[in-house]
Amino acid sequence: MSKLSPVLSRAWDDPRSYTLEGYRRHDGYQAIGKALAMPPDDVIKLVKDSGLRGRGGAGFPTGMKWSFIPQGDNKPHYLVVNADESEPGTCKDIPFLMANPHELIEGIIIACYAIRADRAFIYLRGEVVHVLRRLQAAVREAYEAGYAGKNILGSGFDLEIVVHAGAGAYICGEETALLDSLEGYRGQPRLRPPFPAIEGLYASPTVVNNVESVASVPAILRNGVDWFRSFGTEKSPGFVLYSLSGHVTRPGQYEGPLGMTLRELLDLAGGVRAGHRLKFWTPGGSSTPLLTEEHLDVPLDFEGVGAAGSMLGTRALQIFDETVCVVRTVLRWSEFYKHESCGKCTPCREGTYWYVQMLQRLESGKGTDTDLEKLLDLSDNILGRAFCALGDGATSPVTSSIQYFRDEYLEHLRSGCCPFDPALSTAWAPALATTGARA
Amino acid sequence: MTDVFITSNPQLPGANTTAPATQTSYADAPEVRERLVKDAQVLIARYPQPRSALLPLLHLVQSQDGYVTGDGVQFCAEMLGLSTAEVSAVSTFYSMYKNKPVGDYHVGVCTNALCAIMGGDEIFATLKAHLAVGNDERTSPSQGERSLTLEHIECNAACDFAPVMTVNWEFFDNMTPTSAVELVDALLAGHEVSASRGPAVCSFRQTERILAGFEDERPDAVHAGGSAGPASLEGLKLARQQQQDSDGAEDRA
Ligand SMILES: Cc1cc2nc3c(=O)[nH]c(=O)nc-3n(C[C@H](O)[C@H](O)[C@H](O)COP(=O)(O)O)c2cc1C
Ligand code: SF4
Ligand code: FES
Repeated sequence: MSKLSPVLSRAWDDPRSYTLEGYRRHDGYQAIGKALAMPPDDVIKLVKDSGLRGRGGAGFPTGMKWSFIPQGDNKPHYLVVNADESEPGTCKDIPFLMANPHELIEGIIIACYAIRADRAFIYLRGEVVHVLRRLQAAVREAYEAGYAGKNILGSGFDLEIVVHAGAGAYICGEETALLDSLEGYRGQPRLRPPFPAIEGLYASPTVVNNVESVASVPAILRNGVDWFRSFGTEKSPGFVLYSLSGHVTRPGQYEGPLGMTLRELLDLAGGVRAGHRLKFWTPGGSSTPLLTEEHLDVPLDFEGVGAAGSMLGTRALQIFDETVCVVRTVLRWSEFYKHESCGKCTPCREGTYWYVQMLQRLESGKGTDTDLEKLLDLSDNILGRAFCALGDGATSPVTSSIQYFRDEYLEHLRSGCCPFDPALSTAWAPALATTGARA
Repeated sequence: MTDVFITSNPQLPGANTTAPATQTSYADAPEVRERLVKDAQVLIARYPQPRSALLPLLHLVQSQDGYVTGDGVQFCAEMLGLSTAEVSAVSTFYSMYKNKPVGDYHVGVCTNALCAIMGGDEIFATLKAHLAVGNDERTSPSQGERSLTLEHIECNAACDFAPVMTVNWEFFDNMTPTSAVELVDALLAGHEVSASRGPAVCSFRQTERILAGFEDERPDAVHAGGSAGPASLEGLKLARQQQQDSDGAEDRA
């Protein structure tokens, strides 16, 4: 059986893993001593050499991002941790922050020391109050223990950490929209360049990193680059949280090396729910094109999933079995994008509106056979023309579902209604089905 | 959230030249205003630039009023030297700020694709019928009852616990139509209800105070619900098993 490698999740079954004491029991706060004894540039080099790539979706090399911050520019530098986690299917940062907030804080201290920032913000989506409690308490504990504030561990390095709760807007996960939101504006993306590394928060050099990216840094300091590279592949080294949800026997978080396959992960998770078959899945949230049974052996790393025509994204593995109507699923995601479109640019604002209109018609069996071409045409007018990646992402479920399931769309037209029974897909369906069969 | 576009763009010179609001918020309740000012000052001091405190301040006024009122908008504007139009442009953009009173509890049902398919659609339909309200509507309480506002919500980063609900943004995992009805009935009856991963649910207003940036006043609340829910531990459990098996194999060798 494929090997899991719990690092970020290693202590989650300790009932107090989220406290300072709990974190210390599991090697906590041993990496900052090492980092603070190194010149900051060496810390950046170490993270570069580790090959760590951003875990927020795009996979940009973390050390390289840090090295873009201009030094000696007499401007304040900022670290902003992206804890907005709202991409449909993505559910890794939230359980991580609930169980292990101090590892993020340790990563923040190291990152800020490296890029020479004296202020960090954690931008947490608002709808997760219990995680907010844990973060607020963890930051307070870190101050009390001298890991934050003035002159950390006598090193002369000062750092303020602020926990900031958002207020419900998926677009604020996009890094420039996040910065506008953090400055107290509507969360709408900014034109790039200038990139955040040059003009980010308050027009000062800023690193925006995902929670899991920053939290992976302490383990690299503790155990070294070679150890980190012993996980994963040459181009996608390290370990990640894979989140399985939907029609799988044991949904949950599975931490393992990059490059595992869905077949291996399903095997670990007890397979697709009993008596059913895999129909389609997302590798990294709804914005990454759907994959099917034929992709069970695609290595889940940046290169492998890219070669299969999708994107690794956030390893949000949403599993849908043969009871699920793909048209209904895509309609629901399209409604999400329509609701979350910030309205700044026409292709996305109008395009997502028309997606919903057309998909509603198709799902109810009232469409026409030209609708599919219209949907594809519309997608062409969004992809690459939208102002930010939200618009591009909105096209993924639409175009990939037509690619793999054109016939199912046509079946809706032929039968004049949706041929699926939604009751069969629910979490409580198997029990109902067996009772029904016996009766 | 796509209706107003022409608002204070930070790049536009003169965006802030509209006269800042004068101090007229909460005129009928000076003691309320005084308390809010103290809280607001704590929040503003956390940021290099005061305007960054606008989202926290909007949560703060919601903790006072249960939604974003005219007084609330005026108050934020006064504290930050903004016009009320600038504040409203922000508050209307974010879905957690409400423009009408929320009940004692905000009840969310995730109907994003995955939860919808796993049963969220059925749960939401059941609750609408049971409570006789539509989306984003508040129940009208009978004598002695609490009230709640029902809303369908987007993916709440808990998909491995689908179908998912929230009460005042606390996690309610692996729900069914039956457990959902029991939950709202308990809330309306004023019974104490605890989250799947989290403490006993407090009122919507108390929750908004935490969101503004003040720690929960109940010292043990942070510890409720354990480190992680069962689904979060599936991989770790298996990894421990794998480790034991391979240790066992080594011992035998
Ligand atoms: C619509 C949209 C939503 C996003 N949401 C998130 C998010 O919730 N969390 C996150 O870390 N990155 C999100 N991203 C990606 C960020 O823009 C950014 O690439 C990331 O935070 C960089 O961190 P990393 O390099 O550590 O991965 C989103 C991007 C888009 C376009
Ligand atoms: S693509 Fe959509 S979310 Fe992005 S800027 Fe355009 S309207 Fe806003
Ligand atoms: S889809 Fe409901 S929590 Fe993710």
